[in-house]
Amino acid sequence: MAETPAVAAVRKGGGWLQPHRIVLISIALAIVLASIFYLRWDWLPAYLPLAVQGIWRTIWLLAVTSVLGIALAIPLGLAQAAGPWALAAPARAFCTIIRGTPLLLQLWLLYYGLGSLFPQIPWIRDSFLWPYLRQAWPYGVLSLTLSFAGYEGEVMRGAFAGVPKGQLEAARAFGMRRWTAFRRIWLPQALHRALPTLAGETVLQLKATPLVATITMVDIYAVASRVRQDTFITYEPLLLLAAVYMAVTGIIVLAFRRLEARFPARVG
Amino acid sequence: MPARAGKLGATLIDAIIPAVASGLLDLLALEPPGWGGNLLRGLVSSVEIAVGAYVMGLLIGIGGAYGKLYGGPVVRDLLGLYTTIVRAVPELVLILMLYFAGTDLVNRVLIAFGHQAVDINGLIAGIGVLGIVQGAYSTEVLRGAILAIPQGQVEAARAYGMSPGLLLRRITLPAMLPFAIPGLANLWLIATKDTALLAIVGFNELTQTTRLAAGATKAYFTFFLAAGALYLALTLFSNVIIGRVERWARRGMPSLTETR
Repeated sequence: MAETPAVAAVRKGGGWLQPHRIVLISIALAIVLASIFYLRWDWLPAYLPLAVQGIWRTIWLLAVTSVLGIALAIPLGLAQAAGPWALAAPARAFCTIIRGTPLLLQLWLLYYGLGSLFPQIPWIRDSFLWPYLRQAWPYGVLSLTLSFAGYEGEVMRGAFAGVPKGQLEAARAFGMRRWTAFRRIWLPQALHRALPTLAGETVLQLKATPLVATITMVDIYAVASRVRQDTFITYEPLLLLAAVYMAVTGIIVLAFRRLEARFPARVG
Repeated sequence: MPARAGKLGATLIDAIIPAVASGLLDLLALEPPGWGGNLLRGLVSSVEIAVGAYVMGLLIGIGGAYGKLYGGPVVRDLLGLYTTIVRAVPELVLILMLYFAGTDLVNRVLIAFGHQAVDINGLIAGIGVLGIVQGAYSTEVLRGAILAIPQGQVEAARAYGMSPGLLLRRITLPAMLPFAIPGLANLWLIATKDTALLAIVGFNELTQTTRLAAGATKAYFTFFLAAGALYLALTLFSNVIIGRVERWARRGMPSLTETR
């Protein structure tokens, strides 16, 4: 295998900070400084509280839907990997449908479709849930959760199927009951296998969150849109938005890297 | 509880029966009072954009993968920047940025060269924007696939004295195909679904058409389910084709299933 130039450069001990990088970084700094001084940022102080709230809402949405989605994905994956036909078929159908249609369409189906159906059903209108069902966020959370569960169900199916058979046989030979073997052996090893994929999928989930702005939830994307509508400033809010998403992506990637490092490197 | 369930059933039926009575099929009919024709036209423009964006993404991806593997240090860093930014920023934000900035830039260039400002065709803009997004992902997929080619094959080709162009056409592209196809197939499915995002900038593809139809008739469930069925049919049909292509590309290679 011939080395690619990148590998060769690192081998030579050039390290990360090579001359051309210094030039590129200074060009990037110049662009950033120019955009600070030449673009309009006078709207920023007025919208800062709203923006902070929006960022918080985006992160909250990401965290809640990812955790709920994984919780749903584990049974979905297990059903497909080892379940009887009666469980595996619906789980596979669910994953296919979720993965085969755009998230925007699923979101609008739930928000406009269910949202227009619920008011016609009296006992839902009388129930204690009604004040929540009239707001937008339950539909956003529900559709993002289902979407994440659909994609991760497929990932977890592969992860469960990928755990070596010998591990499960050893657990049985130790006299573990099925639940104990699942909890101690099968699930941890499957999660360990799925972890690198999950990092990427969580970033994809972050990138899906701005869609909820189309059903009137005020996340950071919606705040940027509002700035654009109020002040007719187009590029500056979008640039800031891109910077915010890149920062959050960086945090997610770093967090998963630390999480992966805490697992033992070799399992099985 | 049964009474409640019965009531729910009754209300559901009450809600559905009028829709059926007023003619679910009328709503979805292909002729103008129905919206079926519009939905199909929306599907066609979705597929057009997806194909255009996918092809553009592939071209960017081939160039990008070569640049990342064999380019100079500056080219490699710039490509790294491109793929990192595109993969970290939501498509929705990129679409808005490129849509506004792209049309603005084209018009400024046109005016600078003494032409009239033009309205950019929505189709072209959509293809361009999604193509740039797809290009970043294609770059990574193709780079991985090229790295997966057994190095002896490339060395053998060099030993035969093949020029770089011939090497690319005869060895690298066909040999990397089996490694690239799963990733590329995934990208095609993503491309078909990402076209829905163009509804946000008001382009008349399937999702936007569906929203208009649903808003006009108030039959939200009917139309969103119908559009979902169309997208799903497109995905399933694509899966069949992808399976065939994969078998063709892997001809003569050991079977992939259960090698463990």
